[in-house]
Amino acid sequence: MRGRSNADGREARSTRPQTASDEGVIDAATNALGPILLDAKDHVGEITLTVHRESVVDALRTLRDTPGLEYQQLMEIAGCDYPERPERFEVNYQLLSLTKNRRIRVKVLTDESSPVPSATAVWPVANWLEREVYDLYGVLFAGHPDLRRIITDYGFDGFPLRKDFPLTGHVELRYSEAEKRVVYEPVDLPQDFRTFDFLMPWQGTEYVLPGDEKAKPVGAGAPSPGPTPSGTAPTNAKTPAETPKTTDTPAQTGAGKPADVQATKEARKPRAVKAKSEVSKASDTPDPKPKGTTRRRPGGGAG
Amino acid sequence: MTDTRTRTVEVNVGGGTAGDDAVSNYTINFGPQHPAAHGVLRLIMELDGEIVERVDPHVGLLHRGTEKLIEYKTYAQAIPYFDRLDYCSPMCMEHSFVLAIEKLLGLEVPLRAQYIRVLMAELTRISNHMLNLGSHIMDVGAMTPNLWLFEVREDTLQFYERASGARMHANYFRAGGVRYDLPEKMLVDLGEWLDTRFKLFEDAISLVADNRIFKQRNVDIGVVNKDDAIAWGFSGPMIRAAGLPWDLRRSQPYEVYDRMEFDVPVGTASDCYDRFMVRVEEVRQSARIMRQCLKEMPKGPVGSEDQKVFPPSRSTMKTSMEALIHHFKLYTEGYHVPAGEVYVATESPKGEFGVYLVADGTNRPYRCKIRPTGFSHLQAMDFMMKGHMLADVTAVLSAIDIVFGEVDR
Repeated sequence: MRGRSNADGREARSTRPQTASDEGVIDAATNALGPILLDAKDHVGEITLTVHRESVVDALRTLRDTPGLEYQQLMEIAGCDYPERPERFEVNYQLLSLTKNRRIRVKVLTDESSPVPSATAVWPVANWLEREVYDLYGVLFAGHPDLRRIITDYGFDGFPLRKDFPLTGHVELRYSEAEKRVVYEPVDLPQDFRTFDFLMPWQGTEYVLPGDEKAKPVGAGAPSPGPTPSGTAPTNAKTPAETPKTTDTPAQTGAGKPADVQATKEARKPRAVKAKSEVSKASDTPDPKPKGTTRRRPGGGAG
Repeated sequence: MTDTRTRTVEVNVGGGTAGDDAVSNYTINFGPQHPAAHGVLRLIMELDGEIVERVDPHVGLLHRGTEKLIEYKTYAQAIPYFDRLDYCSPMCMEHSFVLAIEKLLGLEVPLRAQYIRVLMAELTRISNHMLNLGSHIMDVGAMTPNLWLFEVREDTLQFYERASGARMHANYFRAGGVRYDLPEKMLVDLGEWLDTRFKLFEDAISLVADNRIFKQRNVDIGVVNKDDAIAWGFSGPMIRAAGLPWDLRRSQPYEVYDRMEFDVPVGTASDCYDRFMVRVEEVRQSARIMRQCLKEMPKGPVGSEDQKVFPPSRSTMKTSMEALIHHFKLYTEGYHVPAGEVYVATESPKGEFGVYLVADGTNRPYRCKIRPTGFSHLQAMDFMMKGHMLADVTAVLSAIDIVFGEVDR
């Protein structure tokens, strides 16, 4: 039913930004870049050029300065993480041509230890953009004048946008009234982050659900899910925090003394005794008035 | 725009007064809690007397991990996060994201929905500029216009509420359209508002546009020439003030902007005053676009007819089993977006706001990189401030139109 068009205002059309046609750009880029270019593809109207990591600066400069290409602006550098690949990180440069009114994406691949040459010499704006990719993914940039963290906290440890970094992080912080400063502690959540897998509602999951490891593995197609050969244990199992998260003094919790001694005793009675006393109480109830003041609770607190 | 300006500010480039060699540079800390920092910005400034030698902006104090969170949410659940990026212009943030999804899906959107989106985006632009212009004026010392402009902004927020139910965090745009149709009465009121209420805005601007003190504080402050503006990745009013008529609504029209008639204002001197005046003119042009939207808006549905993406209306759910199933599936599993990567940018009030979306064919984005506008502009702060006085920091910051929700994400 996509794109049905009627006269009565039901007309629908595409919303995508209309840039100039990208016709001939791949050919021009192939000619200009030569062996630097590894791969060029056109998907949903966007051109992606994959280039050699070592010569990415040359590629960017060529794309900027070659007549006919003229990508004058570097709008964005985006990292991306694919842990299953040998070179797990992608660095994507989004270029914009103001004169030709086109966009293009330049992609390089890298891993944790191989640095990408810095584009700061071509565009000064690359400075912060590369710092951000370094901060969030740990991708190194060779020749960067000032490769510091930028987005995360002072003294932060780890690279938060990597796929193996947990969403909750590793530390949490709060203001401690006792120490009069903000303290950092390991994350301790009262409830695990609930992530649902909607992808395979009928076939069962690829991994073992918590608790299913007790079930005996059975043949494929059987109703009870057995661990698949590639299955991994659930990673969201709770690890106890090293130091328990407690409030500093009882005054902060608002807890006072126990409300009622009698109620505490009632609560601590074994169930059988309790039931007995309930019965004896029930037999008392026909009497509308309490027998004496002894049973009236001084504090009025409930058990 | 430029003929009446006065050029009285003497900038002592290079700094250092003669015979004063005993005084070394000193460093001061601006923010992170400073009313003129427009949020939580920390600037480490190296000063030579009152002359700024170096600025090192520390950002990230409002970092909430939006991009990481979006990777764990379905596409529809991710939209509210965009409201919280640039919280001064929420719907323009949603705009880039829904356009990115629609581009990957190859989804077509009914005309009425496109008109509504353009209408609301321009209302958002007015709303954003009211805040920015007002606070810019206040940062350089005037009080009254800010109060008046907030009156106008309050009206825009009322319209926000009537459209989406929320004054700020609208969550109104959807992949395939918008959540609700606009009430007829609201459209009538919007037209009336454009005719009557704008006098307040013009009055407020008339107080400062030719004001001597306002010009002394803004003319020739933070000048960036065309080449530098391009190299530093400027966009929006910042690049237009440098004299480049670059507006994504005009150069790369999305939705129904190609049907709209509007002018793209440009500056000549590329200073804070020009940036201010470009925004003032943009407000008038936005009003012009809104009038055209109101006039031309067709009747029809406000959401795509592709039921696998756009949720059914409440009333059809009461009678149609199929609609009920679609509703259930869309609000639990969500829709699946075919694998691929796109970078879609729109002209947000602050400049180019882009979303680089990587989909892996599941119901959640594999990666959603948000290209904030203020990040590049703020980076050029060091470059723009060199040799200026300490008091010019606020003028330059306001002219950037910085909001930390989007810079820090």
